Amino acid sequence: MSESLTLNLPDEAATRDLAARLAGAARPGDVLLLSGPVGAGKTAFARAFIRARLRSPGTEVPSPTFTLVQTYDDGKAEIWHADLYRLSHPDEALELGLGDAFETAICLVEWPDRLGSLAPEDALHLHLSADADGVHRVRVAPGARWAPLIGPEAA
Amino acid sequence: MGRTITLLGLESSCDDTAAAVVRDGPGGPATLSSVVRGQAALHAGFGGVVPELAARAHAEVLDHCVEAALEEAGVALADVDGIAVTAGPGLIGGVLSGVMCAKGLAAATGLPLIGVNHLAGHALTPRLTDGLAFPYLMLLVSGGHCQLLTVEAHDRFRRLGGTIDDAPGEAFDKGARLLGLPQPGGPAIEAAAQGGDAERFAFPRPLLDRPDCDLSFSGLKTALLRARDALVAGQGGLTGRDQADLAASFQAAIRDVLAEKTRRAIRVYLETNPPRPALAVAGGVAANGPIRAALTALCAEAGVAFVAPPPALCTDNAAMIAWAGLERLRAGQTDDMTLAARPRWPLDETADAMLGSGRRGAKA
Repeated sequence: MSESLTLNLPDEAATRDLAARLAGAARPGDVLLLSGPVGAGKTAFARAFIRARLRSPGTEVPSPTFTLVQTYDDGKAEIWHADLYRLSHPDEALELGLGDAFETAICLVEWPDRLGSLAPEDALHLHLSADADGVHRVRVAPGARWAPLIGPEAA
Repeated sequence: MGRTITLLGLESSCDDTAAAVVRDGPGGPATLSSVVRGQAALHAGFGGVVPELAARAHAEVLDHCVEAALEEAGVALADVDGIAVTAGPGLIGGVLSGVMCAKGLAAATGLPLIGVNHLAGHALTPRLTDGLAFPYLMLLVSGGHCQLLTVEAHDRFRRLGGTIDDAPGEAFDKGARLLGLPQPGGPAIEAAAQGGDAERFAFPRPLLDRPDCDLSFSGLKTALLRARDALVAGQGGLTGRDQADLAASFQAAIRDVLAEKTRRAIRVYLETNPPRPALAVAGGVAANGPIRAALTALCAEAGVAFVAPPPALCTDNAAMIAWAGLERLRAGQTDDMTLAARPRWPLDETADAMLGSGRRGAKA
């Protein structure tokens, strides 16, 4: 994993732009791990990513906190949106079918710390946070595969 | 009403595993038994509800639930007229183990197999408990769902609106987490809000500027987070007073959004001139005192009956699956061994197509 960098996301449009850029480059087998506290914008990022993939800004992307996984299909790839907060053991991620999905689908995973050693090595790590003034930030550890997409925007 | 029908229902699409026996006859429908093996009590120490994911574990628990439900109802499998099972939406492992179990029972007994949409189970429950006539308005508010729909027939639902992000139950859970309150968050926030000042924090009422029936709760969570962090930064922590006021203001915002969007849905629903207008609620959030009071007042104002099934039949259970299956069986709708589990299964399959035009994300 290469060095991490931090981007400012001053408003929703900035989140949407970053999500759309990554969505355009993603392909089956790509895994995006979204960490950060409640309210940091993990689901908002995932929602923007999925809407960009589906080319449908109005598609409903409900939070997967309760259902654990929501899946989508954009015709080219299956997209998995998972929220692992309620899991208590990495084995449960396998029960959800995430092991296979990491190979064949584009996966967005919230609360990825629950994965333990199951987290794919070449995954893109995005750590989100929000200031008291409402500015969201994302710390990205891109790895070689993603660096060219992220680099020019570094804050 | 036709002949007496007795159905066994199986439910394993979410966190709970359940089986139930429901009978419908000349005297009206009756729930003979409803067994729910929940995970909540087992995992209360985790600060959240931990789902049972292993399909194998579900299947084992399901066998016991079926046994217990039949015994409690005092009926044998031979007395049953059909096997109803949740075929979706939900977690694939759980749904699959329920469908497999139901197929096994149907194959062994020769009884009809009936696949049921979990949400249809919730939406049809007011007919089991209160004999509601079609069409009625339904507000489904739980941990994972939030939608307003008109129930026009046992297999026809029209979606008027729903959450575009979090469900209220989830907002309560996450709000409680932010305030250091226990899970499940709904009851914890309601208790903390007692005596709190709901006016102290002006939290947003998302989407009220839009005329439709869609709801949003995600921005509310962010607003709560900011208010909390501002207090912590300013005074080094939260007092009991702060916690009560934050909880009360948060709960009031959720109540207002739900009430206002329901008010709009009632207007749309009444345009169809229903002969016996009624609003039914289902889901754990309907147990919240202030939300229930607001909805009751709305209905009284609009001349619409307010129906809330008992809590045990509002949260996930199998009696609702048996009942929804019974309605399908009466209409001659059964499935065969090709019945498949459907992780995604919207109640109103026409609504998805309408979503594209000009929608935006939550503003707040």
